[in-house]
Amino acid sequence: MANTPSMLRARVKLERQSAQHRFCLDVDCELPDSGVTAIFGASGSGKTTFLRCIAGLERPGQGEVVVAGQAWQQGTSFTPAYQRSIGYVFQEASLFEHLTAKGNLLFAMKRADQKVSDDYYQEVISLLGLETLLQRFPIELSGGERQRVAIARALLIQPKLLLMDEPLASLDQARRQEILPYLARLREVFAIPILYVTHSIDEIVQLADHVLVLQDGKQIAEGELTEVLSQPDLPMFTGFDAGTIWQGQVIERSETWHLAQVECAQGVSVWGRDTGISVGQTLRIRILARDVSITLEDATASSILNKISAKILRIDPDLDEAMLLVRLQCDVLSLTARITKRSAHELDLSIGQQVVAQVKSVALVC
Amino acid sequence: MFSEADLIAIGLTLRLAFTVTVILLIIGTPIAWWLARTDSWWRGPVGAVVALPLVLPPTVLGFYMLVAMGPNGYLGQLTQALGMGLLPFSFWGLVLASVVYSLPFVVQPIQNAFESLGNRPLEAAATLRCGPWETFFYVVLPLTKPGFLTAAILGFAHTVGEFGVVLMIGGNIPNETRVVSVQIYDYVEALEYGQAHILSIAMIVFSFLVLLGVYGVRRHANVSSLMKARK
Repeated sequence: MANTPSMLRARVKLERQSAQHRFCLDVDCELPDSGVTAIFGASGSGKTTFLRCIAGLERPGQGEVVVAGQAWQQGTSFTPAYQRSIGYVFQEASLFEHLTAKGNLLFAMKRADQKVSDDYYQEVISLLGLETLLQRFPIELSGGERQRVAIARALLIQPKLLLMDEPLASLDQARRQEILPYLARLREVFAIPILYVTHSIDEIVQLADHVLVLQDGKQIAEGELTEVLSQPDLPMFTGFDAGTIWQGQVIERSETWHLAQVECAQGVSVWGRDTGISVGQTLRIRILARDVSITLEDATASSILNKISAKILRIDPDLDEAMLLVRLQCDVLSLTARITKRSAHELDLSIGQQVVAQVKSVALVC
Repeated sequence: MFSEADLIAIGLTLRLAFTVTVILLIIGTPIAWWLARTDSWWRGPVGAVVALPLVLPPTVLGFYMLVAMGPNGYLGQLTQALGMGLLPFSFWGLVLASVVYSLPFVVQPIQNAFESLGNRPLEAAATLRCGPWETFFYVVLPLTKPGFLTAAILGFAHTVGEFGVVLMIGGNIPNETRVVSVQIYDYVEALEYGQAHILSIAMIVFSFLVLLGVYGVRRHANVSSLMKARK
């Protein structure tokens, strides 16, 4: 991909030796200059450390970090964090406790890379819904409110690059749902490229355009979201949360049943719950492997709405010994079904066989 | 109530304590910062040296300070070479000795405050374009204010209360080295108990108020951390 403008080039090598184990981060990647790039991996995979290297909070022994044509680290030169045009959102909000929410925002505005216009300020405040929180001190805010203030603070510094380190991880499920829409809007309203560290596939599906996957300090995949998430070998796609992401267009809405039909490839379409989308809209759908079952012929009477004819590509072991992951090909799309070993045996499944995948539910996201 | 000599002694004591506190806040802060944040092997030994005045008899400290500041001591030779004369039995000699003697009372509260602050506020500041000095003045200082307040109060009070070191280094020169504690000692020597009472009671009241102030600062800090815990 030599022609795509790459805004961020990062080559980072860092070693950590502790009593119990040795950790080595070794990443070399080029990431796009727009949209949200998710840095994904299990805990201990080095994703936060990688982000900290880009921010300059961590100093890798060897490395090169070039953002928007500016070398933040190259050879022996190292630009300290406070001279990099970044905004950073930590896992815990990390607001300054001695300042009110507004004080925290002013702190950033005073030091912003460009003067913050009134319009921009108002836009940030209303986007994150902070109007009523401004006079409060951080200890008087809930976890979700604090994180919203922290995100606003990072936006008001007007960075060239916004770094977010699992901004939702310290929140409970309800709070997460409270903040996710703000993040999704943020992506649309502001043209700031975002690096977003997470271990949640849900967040990736809702927010990311591009994904970098790390494991044990090494990058194991990188690319467009749908492209990366269709690689079935990636370790996080096994187990209970294994799933597939498809992208498609709404071709029909059924008012009567509150359903919408999304076409994802030639002749491959699925019905999902209508979340108030309009025909023609592009969206992502997530299909969990545990919601996909396999039959040999198209059973006529079934409560299952989505039946897709598919070919068996591979059969992989699952983390759970009783289960198997059956990798299917539906036209150009791939799909994974998580079934018991016993069913696979009884159906006598084999590679190359034509089957019908029954999808119990699909989640239509954004 | 107070005789003129008493007032002079009180004025001198306050002047000494104030000077020492200011100097200690200036030199104690970098020491506390280093102790709170270093991984160096030197942390232990340096911490122990700073804390030594807590356990040493003031006479030991005073004795060696006297030797060092004397005509043949390193400090004495230095001050002579600089044309400042000799420090023992002078106000500035007392200041220097008191700075050493009260050092742990200032360093330790500040060090504790720095340690409990942790790294995160510093990192947050760095991602908001704050250089190291700006971070210190606009983030660290306001967040560790109770620590500095405790340090200043303790440093001041401890200097007001010192006796042994003063006697060794300063002797008993009115308006130069005769501080309140020495004045009381003189009264007792001369069996003027009435005068000794007045000054002593004044010292007790002062010390009580100081400690009340320290606990006030602590309680304030506790209340805000309590509110945090309740959230």
